[in-house]
Amino acid sequence: MSNDAATAEAAGTTEAAPAPEPISHGLGASLPPADARAKTEGTFPYAADLWAEGLLWAAVLRSPHAHARIVSIDTSHAREMPGVRAVVTHEDVPGTPLHGRGSRADRPVFASEVVRHHGEPIAAVAADHPDTARMAAAAVIVEYEVLEPVTDPEQAFEAEPLHPDGNLVRHIPLRHGDPEAAGEVVVEGLYRIGRQDPAPIGAEAGLAVPRPDGGVELYLASTDPHGDRDTAAACYGLSPEQVKVVVTGVPGATADREDQGFQLPLGLLALKTGCPVKLTATREESFLGHVHRHPTLLRYRHHADAEGRVVKVEAQILLDAGAYADTSSDALAAAVAFACGPYVVPNAFIEGWAVRTNNPPSGHVRGEGAMQVCAAYEAQMDKIAKKLGLDPAEVRLRNVLATGDVLPTGQTVTCPAPVAELLQAVRDFPLPALPKDTPEDEWLLPGGPEGAGEPGAVRRGVGYGIGMVHMLGAEGADEVSTATVKVQDGVATVLCAAVETGQGFTTLARQIVQETLGVDEVHVAPVDTDQPPAGPGCRGRHTWVSGGAVERAAKMVRTQLLQPLAHQFGMSTELLQIADGKITSYDGVLSTTVAEALEGKELWATAQCRPHPTEPLDESGQGDAFVGMSFCAIRAVVDVDIEIGSVRVVELAVAQDVGRVLNPAQLTARIEAGVTQGVGIALTENLRTPRGLIRHPDLTGYALPTALDAPDIRIVKLVEERDVVAPFGAKAVSAVPVVASPAAVASAVRAATGRPVNRLPVRPQAAVVTGN
Amino acid sequence: MGQREGAVGLTTHAPQAAQAVTLPTTLDEAVAALAAMPAAVPVAGGTDLMTAVNSGQLRPAALVGLGRISEIRGWQYQDGHALLGAGLTHARMGRPDFAALIPALAAAARAAGPPQIRNAGTLGGNIASAAPTGDALPVLAALEATLIIAGPGGARREMPVSHLLAGMEMLRAGELIGYVRVPLLHAPQVFLKATGRTGPGRATASVALVLDPARRGVRCAVGAIAPMPLRPLEAEQWVASLIDWDNGRAIVPEALHAFGEYVAAACIPEAAPAEDGSVPQLPPAVLHLRRTVAALARRALGRALS
Repeated sequence: MSNDAATAEAAGTTEAAPAPEPISHGLGASLPPADARAKTEGTFPYAADLWAEGLLWAAVLRSPHAHARIVSIDTSHAREMPGVRAVVTHEDVPGTPLHGRGSRADRPVFASEVVRHHGEPIAAVAADHPDTARMAAAAVIVEYEVLEPVTDPEQAFEAEPLHPDGNLVRHIPLRHGDPEAAGEVVVEGLYRIGRQDPAPIGAEAGLAVPRPDGGVELYLASTDPHGDRDTAAACYGLSPEQVKVVVTGVPGATADREDQGFQLPLGLLALKTGCPVKLTATREESFLGHVHRHPTLLRYRHHADAEGRVVKVEAQILLDAGAYADTSSDALAAAVAFACGPYVVPNAFIEGWAVRTNNPPSGHVRGEGAMQVCAAYEAQMDKIAKKLGLDPAEVRLRNVLATGDVLPTGQTVTCPAPVAELLQAVRDFPLPALPKDTPEDEWLLPGGPEGAGEPGAVRRGVGYGIGMVHMLGAEGADEVSTATVKVQDGVATVLCAAVETGQGFTTLARQIVQETLGVDEVHVAPVDTDQPPAGPGCRGRHTWVSGGAVERAAKMVRTQLLQPLAHQFGMSTELLQIADGKITSYDGVLSTTVAEALEGKELWATAQCRPHPTEPLDESGQGDAFVGMSFCAIRAVVDVDIEIGSVRVVELAVAQDVGRVLNPAQLTARIEAGVTQGVGIALTENLRTPRGLIRHPDLTGYALPTALDAPDIRIVKLVEERDVVAPFGAKAVSAVPVVASPAAVASAVRAATGRPVNRLPVRPQAAVVTGN
Repeated sequence: MGQREGAVGLTTHAPQAAQAVTLPTTLDEAVAALAAMPAAVPVAGGTDLMTAVNSGQLRPAALVGLGRISEIRGWQYQDGHALLGAGLTHARMGRPDFAALIPALAAAARAAGPPQIRNAGTLGGNIASAAPTGDALPVLAALEATLIIAGPGGARREMPVSHLLAGMEMLRAGELIGYVRVPLLHAPQVFLKATGRTGPGRATASVALVLDPARRGVRCAVGAIAPMPLRPLEAEQWVASLIDWDNGRAIVPEALHAFGEYVAAACIPEAAPAEDGSVPQLPPAVLHLRRTVAALARRALGRALS
């Protein structure tokens, strides 16, 4: 194992080193994560590995129905089972019974009168063995009156309200420009996007430990510790100070990975029993518990002139929010604002709705809103190209956005927007060779190495997808982060409540401090809610706000360190530089080490980073709602077996607007991961919920891309045009490849088959050619 | 959830403590262990069983592990047939020496999931689980394999694999699948599988096709589209009559195409006519499955005869 880890680390470093002499630390270095070895060797303690003296095990009883009235709940049998220590239901929630991640608290901790989705928590049990807890949860007798579920979001408008708040979560009618504008060419389409599960590596787990002061500590793989703490405190009827969330390692998150449906009961059970309580979810529970990507229905009409320039876009976008609002309002804002994509569209009329249904709740998954519309507007661009007989890349180039252009929301794009450069880069990259010169048994045909693929039935297609996402929370969200940097004995420590979710923040924080303070050894402290808030880890926030806070704090420490020396030598601190633990002056007169300059002192500084404010979209969808944007162009090459309809993505060429490369290895990995997640949306990932019930809540039924499904990913170009308002000029990189790659794959399947491909994931029957 | 109610009254650590695991080293010992403990469940690779245990659907009181019975982990020859041990893993069957004997079974074994599953999952387990998507099953059906069932007191009885898969005959209490006898046909065999993805996955449809030159026969079975493999017997006989067996097994290309359609129509029939005599259109997903079966059968025959 240790050999593997060492090789992996070595491989990572060499691969990412662009220059003959790789940078070993600071910004631009391919620093490996500090915990990489522990994680590779399996010694890293995740929440599921935690243990406490006198531990009890929890189990949650979840609704087997998508929609039902609860007639009665009888917990007496469960309570009487030997080994059961507590059973809690909605009657045992001392604080506010409702919670919610978005702006609206609309979700009960436990269902009381109605269950609104399959898997909604109804009761929780603590017992002295996990099996006992599960059996006791199953022994809670719930009498349901099963109701007809509303599973079609189009029916939600007319249906009886599923929730006291009604079925409409949000409606945005965006109006921009002249409604009478018309073009020579009109193309229309109806598109459907399936339900992607974030399928986080490592299912959810947590441990709650009661405190002697009547409070409780929650050990969770939280991505938003302060948010989760406040929710928990409100539900328990405690003050936020009485609840502490300690972040155990997050195995990886591409979404709000943690299901509050078990987090909240854990603390309740711990408070009730006075014992530590632990729960480790199975994959099945995990599928039932956490939020999914919004299934979306999109209707588009593009008007273009004879040269292919888009004149007007009309669109209707319907997001299925599932049973509860969660962050659907944010997803809808992104979907409506980016409905036309990174193209200059003078006239846009977009109606967006997010509605409640009895489907599993949707929420934050990276690229939310933007991914669904990208698949639709790129399909529309393909249709314009086909109608005018133009090259699909050329049509896109005639419309692309640049810095200074105006979005349909009326916001001017002030950040770098090198969309044309990105598209040209992927278009001009050489196409992958056909396998004709290699032996036939080495071809990887659609269907896989032992599949049924036949070379004569395979058609190759090339397609494009250009995506854009916003970074940070939008529409007036207070995006602030606080960080503390401490230096002692030549070792620096960063304290920041930004959670490492796999996005690489801790590595980045180390690099920032190395760069600013010239100290090689930097540690990042574990996260808990005793630290000041840093906000949730999503939408590239931490690279920007927490990275910015770390940099400011480090600079303050630097000033504290250098000021006495500068004073002593009669020069300003700017004339001193720190590198490799040594402080030197510009003229070489002064040379000392950081450790000597510290003189045994400990230096601390705390700083905040708060980007410029944004404003909510108004009643016609107008407003400067976004802090920053990032862009990505992807060219997909696919092979399609046109008789069976199996698709293999051969290669994805990616060009991305990254602002500045801070860690090349990490950046490459993030782009590859994002692109692969997009391939899943494009081809295989769709959580089917007939009549609102999740039918196959497992990784056999829900097909994640494997190494064989993942294509060759070529990062063709990284455009480093610094964003002046972002710390270091860097942009977050993880989300935008997820947005663009499904659209690119669908576009390539369209090119290979001539079929419209209106639905993601692409179903085999949509990729067959039945001309014969 | 109802079946768990019986577990009420168990003390806390009971589920683990009650489990007895026996690891017999011969087939007869295994049968004796099962007879001695009727509640025991036999387990070979455990790739199906353990997921049921882990998800709480199955809580066996005892296990009889079959992994140490070396007599069923290999194969031997028996007058023109191979006697395959039920404990052969997919990984073992996928190797070239096995592929030289029974190419279609080797191809099915190689396609049967990721390496971890192939290393553990066994031929006998595939038959006993009888999952519709079991990849070995259409091959065994096409080969008209015979199961050798070991029973108490050293008893052995035989049963065609199709009888077990169709439920015409069942395993009795205390019986185990010991061996699978398949004919050695010394002719091309093909197994093709559509999964809807490039990586390993469950079949949406599969076709096994074997040539039997001695009997001038073609035998074909379609898997994954029904609870058990389907044999399009008429299509087999029809296409066998079109093959020029003495002349390099030549066939006209149109016949390949027609064979595919014939197999698909036999396995996925048209919907029954409505009262007014009109034939309702099959749903798009079923039509696609039919096209897939047709393409697989055509390709399989084409490859077998090429």
